[in-house]
Amino acid sequence: MIERSPFFDALTYAVMIIGLILVVIPFWVVIVAASQSLQEVSRVPISLLPSDQLWVNLSEAWARADLGPKMLNSFIVAIGVTIGKITLAAMSAFAIVFFSFKARMICFWLIFITLMLPLEVRIVPTYAIAANALLPFQVILDTFGISWLVQAVSGIQVSLNWNLLNSYTGLILPLVATATGTFLYRQFFMTIPDELAEASKMDGASAMEFFRDVLIPLSRTNMLALATIMFVGSWNQYLWPLLITTDRANFGTVVMQLKALIPAQNGTPDWNVTMAGALIIMLPPLLVVAFMQRWFVRGLISRDK
Amino acid sequence: MAQITIKGVKKNYAKTAVIHGVDVNIEAGEFVVILGPSGCGKSTLLRMIAGLEEISGGEIAIDGTVVNQLEPRERGCAMVFQNYALYPHMTVRQNIGYSLKVAKLPKAERDARVMKVAQSVSLEPFLDRRPGELSGGQRQRVAMARAMVREPKVFLFDEPFSNLDAKLRVAMRAEVRRLHRDLGVTSVFVTHDQTEAMTLADKLIIMNAGNVEQIGKPTEVYNNPASRFVADFIGSPAMNLFEGEFDAEGQFMHGTGGKMNVSQLNGVRVPGRKVVLGVRPEGVRRTGADTHGAIPAVVDYVEELGASRLIHADANGSRIVALDNDTAEIKSGTPVHLSLADSALHLFSLEDGRRISH
Amino acid sequence: MERRAVYRNKVLPWLLIGPQLLLVLVFFYWPTSQALYWAFTLEQPWGGGNLWAGLDNFLYIFRDDRYWGTVLRSGFYALAATGLSMLVALTLASFVDRALKGTKLFQSVFIWPYAIAAPAAGVAFRFIFSPEAGLVGAVNDIWPGIWDPATNGMHALAMVIVCHAWLGIGYNFVFFLAALQMIPRSINEAGAMDGARPFRRMFDLQLPLIAPTAFFLLIMNIISSFTDSFGLIDTMTEGGPIGQTEVMVYKIYVDGFKGLDYSGAAAQSIVLMLLVIGLTFVQFKWVERRVHYN
Repeated sequence: MIERSPFFDALTYAVMIIGLILVVIPFWVVIVAASQSLQEVSRVPISLLPSDQLWVNLSEAWARADLGPKMLNSFIVAIGVTIGKITLAAMSAFAIVFFSFKARMICFWLIFITLMLPLEVRIVPTYAIAANALLPFQVILDTFGISWLVQAVSGIQVSLNWNLLNSYTGLILPLVATATGTFLYRQFFMTIPDELAEASKMDGASAMEFFRDVLIPLSRTNMLALATIMFVGSWNQYLWPLLITTDRANFGTVVMQLKALIPAQNGTPDWNVTMAGALIIMLPPLLVVAFMQRWFVRGLISRDK
Repeated sequence: MAQITIKGVKKNYAKTAVIHGVDVNIEAGEFVVILGPSGCGKSTLLRMIAGLEEISGGEIAIDGTVVNQLEPRERGCAMVFQNYALYPHMTVRQNIGYSLKVAKLPKAERDARVMKVAQSVSLEPFLDRRPGELSGGQRQRVAMARAMVREPKVFLFDEPFSNLDAKLRVAMRAEVRRLHRDLGVTSVFVTHDQTEAMTLADKLIIMNAGNVEQIGKPTEVYNNPASRFVADFIGSPAMNLFEGEFDAEGQFMHGTGGKMNVSQLNGVRVPGRKVVLGVRPEGVRRTGADTHGAIPAVVDYVEELGASRLIHADANGSRIVALDNDTAEIKSGTPVHLSLADSALHLFSLEDGRRISH
Repeated sequence: MERRAVYRNKVLPWLLIGPQLLLVLVFFYWPTSQALYWAFTLEQPWGGGNLWAGLDNFLYIFRDDRYWGTVLRSGFYALAATGLSMLVALTLASFVDRALKGTKLFQSVFIWPYAIAAPAAGVAFRFIFSPEAGLVGAVNDIWPGIWDPATNGMHALAMVIVCHAWLGIGYNFVFFLAALQMIPRSINEAGAMDGARPFRRMFDLQLPLIAPTAFFLLIMNIISSFTDSFGLIDTMTEGGPIGQTEVMVYKIYVDGFKGLDYSGAAAQSIVLMLLVIGLTFVQFKWVERRVHYN
């Protein structure tokens, strides 16, 4: 802002206020509706002021959608994916950037091509895998005659079976498999000067010691940034948990319950309970974004560039 | 070309005063250089003239009109930025012509003016290139052309050459001098490089920590520095400065018991007064031991400059540098005698650094 | 990646990259090859393996009008949601960039939509746009039946698109703001010295310089409209009324998991995959090239 431009300044504030209203309206509606009684929420037109039924609705939603265990599941998944992704990504990026081995470029491309296809686009085949995750290995062993060999020699039939349905591993592993974190780490590791690794070599440190004592401490902020994005992203996963859990009661995540809270076609239109449930479900990732904003934004920007 | 009057101008950022009251008169057509170390406020002062910074106190008038409340575009100034600030997505031609486009000049006239200016700074072959494809020197010329094409009343330069290498800097200085000679536009040029300042300026403004230390022609500032700061800042190699005081006989006591006979300084050798004695290296000569007023010293090391050399010596605990044209070798540790040229002595108060006239 | 690669261990890199490589093989490449298998074969009705079907599965879906309806709908959805979202985000970012007093507050809020799961937004917007409830539905009191996403396909699609656009505002805003803030201040100052007013500076100087970011966001938004739309549609309309909000990814879900037509779903998946790969490729090539304009 260089010159004094009162008119333009007023316009700026006006635009920002309108933007604020647009962005906040859904939040406001959710909070207000979640605090209203059935009569209030069914009133046409509805009142945009909060009422006093918040706790009542929250408890009702919690009970009806069985949110307790589901919240736990969501947390387990989100934290599992976050930790898994950060660890794997750091290791893979370290290998790609700091080592020279023959298949380096092939591995690099193998991993980065996965960036091109988000999960939703390959749900059908990925689901097939869930029934038996070890199938590819079974096929390889069969094709190369190894299972026949093993059977002939020891009488043991090789039958690999790892069913991922209705399990935490099934919920977590496929989400960990993508390359987004690896990309971020790679970008960051590329900015580390060669001299740093060479100095550590002169100091007698091994590769893993360099990784542990130099790289990881330096990537702390990056890790935090990545963690916030991963947490929000995995908490908000909908399609994959939907497919992989048939036993919804035990393994469903919280986001899946939203649909169940929608008033039935011919039932009571208790949207107030629905909104209360939505409020609970929206809260964790919203808190992460609101309070960890600096890291969050940083992670977003550096990750996709 | 315009005349600029700066009266009592102050600048505050929040509670901190950055410029404490500057009074300067810039004549029409003058090339004024504001010189000072980093953080002295010179760029801030320039930006206040441009309208890019608010003026916290005092007033600035261009051609008699007070411009405090005027927007940059209403002041008639053009600016050349330190990092050129060229529009990366536009060609050189579009960069230069942008201000004319904003002023809604018809295309034909725009093109003609851009061409004329481009020719005057030898940018014709590059008109359709983008800044990213140009060298540092070429970009700098585009920045200048952009300022020139507006035919402004005042040119403002904000350390435009600090990003160029030494040789290019010398060439650009010559360019700026030539343009000023041809166009005669009032120019205010900010730099921290004193050689640049000395070669370009009609008038020098030396600033330090938000204050003006001295205003004057380069030779004036060089020969009669108004304060210790100016004496130290201007001139390379730097002036010798000795802190000390006069004894009862009028001898200058310095260092660890050294005494200098400076009888040339009449009327100001007040005993007990704490002063700083200044003399430039070219005013310190090697001499025989029996010369009146010779100062005994021991050579510390010799700096070869090619055509001459600088002898760094120690005289009773005070460092002294002498300019010497002799070629005979001097070893470190050799005792020598130095004399101070009459006309080259300066005296400053130790307290406030201001010049004590004599 | 041409650096003096520092370590020459033979085994260690494999141990480091192994886990991710394994996961990627199992959860990406194997399923993709399976999808190809299914897309090019047909399951026999009474078991006994699959028969080679060549391009039959593809031809089948390409001959299906309903499939093309879905494709067109997906395209419309992509453009409408992307356009709306990016426009709003750009406007907000441009004004926030001016950094007037108190802007930081607005800035933090504008990011919030990114934190919201698609189904959560879906549920909230479903309520807001519900024809029986008292928000947007209130207009039905004055003109009965004027707003009815339950039976009017266009209304339903509009509702989903608006919700999707809202969700995207956070992401787009972050990137636009970052791009604007990367423009050196002196360029704006030079523009001011050249006589350009703030509005003019926005158009002449700032917008052209964020073009690479805009292009990047365009592609990311379009891809997101193919993927994130699932959560929205499943919660808001389930593809209804009468399939009028069915987009490509939803049709795959319905055909594959409800209709158990694995071959058909696989073929559709392949088509969608190629589309997304194509878009990502374009983005990669174009953006990487143009990002280095300075």
